Amino acid sequence: MKQKVPLVLCFLFGIVMILTEFSPHAASQATYKEIANWGRVISPFVFVLAVVTLIQTHWNRIQRRTEHWQYSFVVFAGMLAMVAAGVPSGPQHPAFAWLFNNVQVPMDATMFSLLAFFIASAAYRAFRARTFEATLLLVTAVIVMLGNVPVGDLLWPDAASNARQWILDNPNLSARRGIILGVSLGAISQSIRIILGIERSYLGGGD
Amino acid sequence: MFEKLMNIDRRIIFIFVALVVIIPMLFPFSLPLNVSEPTQKLYDYIDALPAGSTIMISFDYGPSSFPETEPMAAAVMKHCFDKGIKVIGVAVAYIDAVPLADRVMQQVAAEKEAVYGEDYVLLGYRPGEEYVILGMGAEIASVYDSDFSATSITEIPMMQNITNYDQISLLLNLAAGSSVEGWITYGHTKFNLKIAAGVTGVIVSQMYPYLQTGQLVGLLSGFRGAGEYEKLIKAPGDGTKGINTASLVHLLIIGLVVIGNIAFFVQRQREE
Repeated sequence: MKQKVPLVLCFLFGIVMILTEFSPHAASQATYKEIANWGRVISPFVFVLAVVTLIQTHWNRIQRRTEHWQYSFVVFAGMLAMVAAGVPSGPQHPAFAWLFNNVQVPMDATMFSLLAFFIASAAYRAFRARTFEATLLLVTAVIVMLGNVPVGDLLWPDAASNARQWILDNPNLSARRGIILGVSLGAISQSIRIILGIERSYLGGGD
Repeated sequence: MFEKLMNIDRRIIFIFVALVVIIPMLFPFSLPLNVSEPTQKLYDYIDALPAGSTIMISFDYGPSSFPETEPMAAAVMKHCFDKGIKVIGVAVAYIDAVPLADRVMQQVAAEKEAVYGEDYVLLGYRPGEEYVILGMGAEIASVYDSDFSATSITEIPMMQNITNYDQISLLLNLAAGSSVEGWITYGHTKFNLKIAAGVTGVIVSQMYPYLQTGQLVGLLSGFRGAGEYEKLIKAPGDGTKGINTASLVHLLIIGLVVIGNIAFFVQRQREE
């Protein structure tokens, strides 16, 4: 029963959404709109699930004293502080805004900025022209990088940005379109498998 | 010597990166910047809109990527306010985009003396990305019954004549993720909403197929896109500063790759 109900619901809603997508009939469009509204109602529960999972994960870490378990207290402290500042008075409350602008934004931005350091180090160590393909990749990357910044046009007037644009407009676009088509065909086939109940891993516990 | 060069301590590379980021910030300089076609297309599209038109900006980025996308938002909003175009702000992908959107909208509005509720409004975030896009196509008020600060949408003057996408001249998606595809699939395909994108440098290559098919009317790519738009509106800002700093970082990385390869080939020849 625990498996059959979700499978039946998945089949029903999957088929209905496919049919309504291709039918302009008023009844079909009304059904589509109604199901879309249900989707909007269900979506906020994702946040509940996320919060519960986060609490469970970090509570387990503290209980089991896994590596760096002390940091889980920081997660709880941060979560409680943001909730206490934001929930009663809304996100425009000065305390919440202060925490967001002075704690969350700099920390998030710092984490992302570290990428520049690691990319520079990785490029130095790993970007070697060992084979023809690697050389092609290296030359393309250098042209795109030079064309992407104004100093490229200073060193190689107009040519740098034109060469970058040509690479993006032609080889990149063709390859990307091929990837989109492949991914889309894969998504369609996987969706059919899920709707027909062949693929059941989303229910948990494998096939 | 070349062996040493190949095994250079990564902390030395980190110091070089830090220096080429910090120095241009302390001593700003200006480099000539050519405007690319995708940026020009977006500028021309907005510039051709009559005063009183409304555009919607979907702020779909978080704090980690705001340095690249926020200058785009500021530049486009400055252009809109100068032209008398109204701006609606929404967020469909990241909940933490809303305070960032609020901040940049307030900054630009203060500079251009735009009035909240008459020239611009921030509706905020609603979960369920695709369903939010679909819902607004039917009726914006069915998704957003109030704005970010909980004012009823019926009390906001500029929302009185706006029902759905039929009254929106352009949707600009400022994105650090896959939300552009969502807007194209559900906003453009189902409701014929005109869409443009401003994305971080790492995902810009993914946007070109949509640009070629006309599903995107224009595209801003990372710091460069922001800098180019600032050049077009003749108001250099954070995008211009960012692209000049990025110039040096790119040069450093190219230099490191070249040095690394020279060392690699010399070492390999010696071994042979």
